[in-house]
Amino acid sequence: MSRLEPVFSACRAESRAALIGYLPAGYPTVEGSKDVLRTMVSSGCDLVEVGLPFSDPVMDGVTIQRAAEQALRGGFRVRDLFGVVESVAAAGGRAVVMTYWNPVLAYGVDRFARDLAAAGGLGVITPDLVPDEGAEWIAATDAHDLDRIFLVAPSSTEERIALTARSSRGFLYATSVMGVTGARDVVSSAAPALVKRVREHTDMPIGVGLGVRNGAQAAELAAFADGVIVGSAFVSAVQDDTVAALTEELASGVRQAAAAV
Amino acid sequence: MARGQLAPTPHDPDERGHFGPWGGRFMPEALIAAVDELAAFYEKARVDPEFLDEFARLLRDFAGRPSLLTEAPKFAAHAGGARIFLKREDLNHTGSHKINNVLGQALLTKRMGKKRVIAETGAGQHGVATATACALMGLDCVVYMGEVDTERQALNVARMRLLGARVIPVKTGSRTLKDAINEALRDWVANVDDTHYLLGTAAGPHPFPVLVRDFHRIIGIEAREQILEKAGRLPDVVAACVGGGSNAIGIFHGFIDDPSVRLVGLEPGGDGIDTDRHGATLTAGTPGSLHGAMSYVLQDEDGQIAEAHSISAGLDYPGVGPEHAFLKDSGRAEYRPVTDAQAMEAFALLSREEGIIPAVESAHALAGALVLGRELGPDGLILVNLSGRGDKDMDTAIKWFGLGVES
Repeated sequence: MSRLEPVFSACRAESRAALIGYLPAGYPTVEGSKDVLRTMVSSGCDLVEVGLPFSDPVMDGVTIQRAAEQALRGGFRVRDLFGVVESVAAAGGRAVVMTYWNPVLAYGVDRFARDLAAAGGLGVITPDLVPDEGAEWIAATDAHDLDRIFLVAPSSTEERIALTARSSRGFLYATSVMGVTGARDVVSSAAPALVKRVREHTDMPIGVGLGVRNGAQAAELAAFADGVIVGSAFVSAVQDDTVAALTEELASGVRQAAAAV
Repeated sequence: MARGQLAPTPHDPDERGHFGPWGGRFMPEALIAAVDELAAFYEKARVDPEFLDEFARLLRDFAGRPSLLTEAPKFAAHAGGARIFLKREDLNHTGSHKINNVLGQALLTKRMGKKRVIAETGAGQHGVATATACALMGLDCVVYMGEVDTERQALNVARMRLLGARVIPVKTGSRTLKDAINEALRDWVANVDDTHYLLGTAAGPHPFPVLVRDFHRIIGIEAREQILEKAGRLPDVVAACVGGGSNAIGIFHGFIDDPSVRLVGLEPGGDGIDTDRHGATLTAGTPGSLHGAMSYVLQDEDGQIAEAHSISAGLDYPGVGPEHAFLKDSGRAEYRPVTDAQAMEAFALLSREEGIIPAVESAHALAGALVLGRELGPDGLILVNLSGRGDKDMDTAIKWFGLGVES
């Protein structure tokens, strides 16, 4: 049973997509990230992704790279992650973690899953772990009842989409473009085609991310996806002190699609 | 001779690239299709006579193979009297072993129908070799190079530009080789349809560790024949420097089935492995996943990747190829650190005694040979892979030795 199922079924009941907002833990500081995440939750994020800052974030564009560097320079430690997740849960929010694989390995695969579950985390997104290499991770997330969210991309073959869907729980993360994270002006035309392909393999909710930065783009994605994932735009909003306004705009965006339908 | 170079061996990883617990594919799903495609093309190419002939022709007529084997008796006099032979990869076109791999991968790029090549470079040797192969074969070339390295290897930046490549200085992270690889991976994921990532070392996700190794196996194949002819027997030790580990794995494979031959990799010890300023991944690293594979990695207890430090830009890398991790664990190869000071001493010694200026990378292997020679005594026979020439390192030498104009 998926821990995230209630999030998506509640949104489905409102005929809308979920708004999923990302922020690196420790950005701008550990306490500051707790404040920002609470604002994201209270302003309309259905789910937050708490990022684990990593020294070598190969899937991230410059906005998230810099935020991770700032967090690490500020002394962020992996153990701080669990406190950040706990604070989201305490504020009535729901959190998953997004992390590169090496910090999980270093912390201990089972220990990471155990401590995250204890902190109230519901699942983990692993952008550089594919199910083929995930046996130990699958066992750990099963043991500690965490959802595990693997990614599919426009380049994924049908076989790989099927494998990834079989191996995931909670939702599937569809990267809408071939590229790294970062806000873009237009939503990729590859996204609807990818979501359509994925739906032939699974009934699981599909979250679409990479490049979303405003309400109109959120509405566009919400027309065909179950979750709209926004990352770099939140990092920029922290710098501009516009997190609440951005969240509200995006939350309204994911509801517009329903109105249009 | 070159025909058997790419043939499958009993030392190949499993079909998903695992050497025991090492290797594999720890990388974004978006790139899996590209590495699958590369693996499929390579598996066909490595047994295709047409590909093998074309590769052999390029190695002969363009790279200048076979490279020489040169005895270094005056240098060896400083190593307890053991005999030392140098495999002269420094004499290849572009000045290092790197040309072997880039010619092979550039041929594969053409077979895959891709028009654009990206590469990372540390010392600039791989970047120059890649730019050269791209000029030869009419491929667009972009080279990512850490900003720190563009400064200490300015001459190679100019060479790449002259050859038509675009050199992009990488200003993130530690601004060295690992960050150049990160940036190349970011480019690749955005441009994978028309772009091949021509990785320069035997690391990264499967199939790179295998195909880079195989393109360099020619070094060991030639060296084994040459030393049998010149010395009348197999060496006691084969010594090679190890950053990512491509020249080492290439020469080691010529001797891997000769149990009497010790395989010794020399790692960049920087200021010493008791400091935090070194790049000795196999000596002082711990298991982790970096740039697509499980291997030994320099990292802190949180799994954040450490900055490597070495006087040699080409060895300045906190990871290492997964097959080396496997060879270390199995005991088939041994790895030792060499400090900056030891390497620079060997650099000067080979220049003065033999009239050969080695790359600072290769000087690590030479420094290792000086120690190994003393351990082996006068009956010892050592084969050193002289992986590159030192012209590019003159700025480093000027600073280290104070070689400015006498006043």
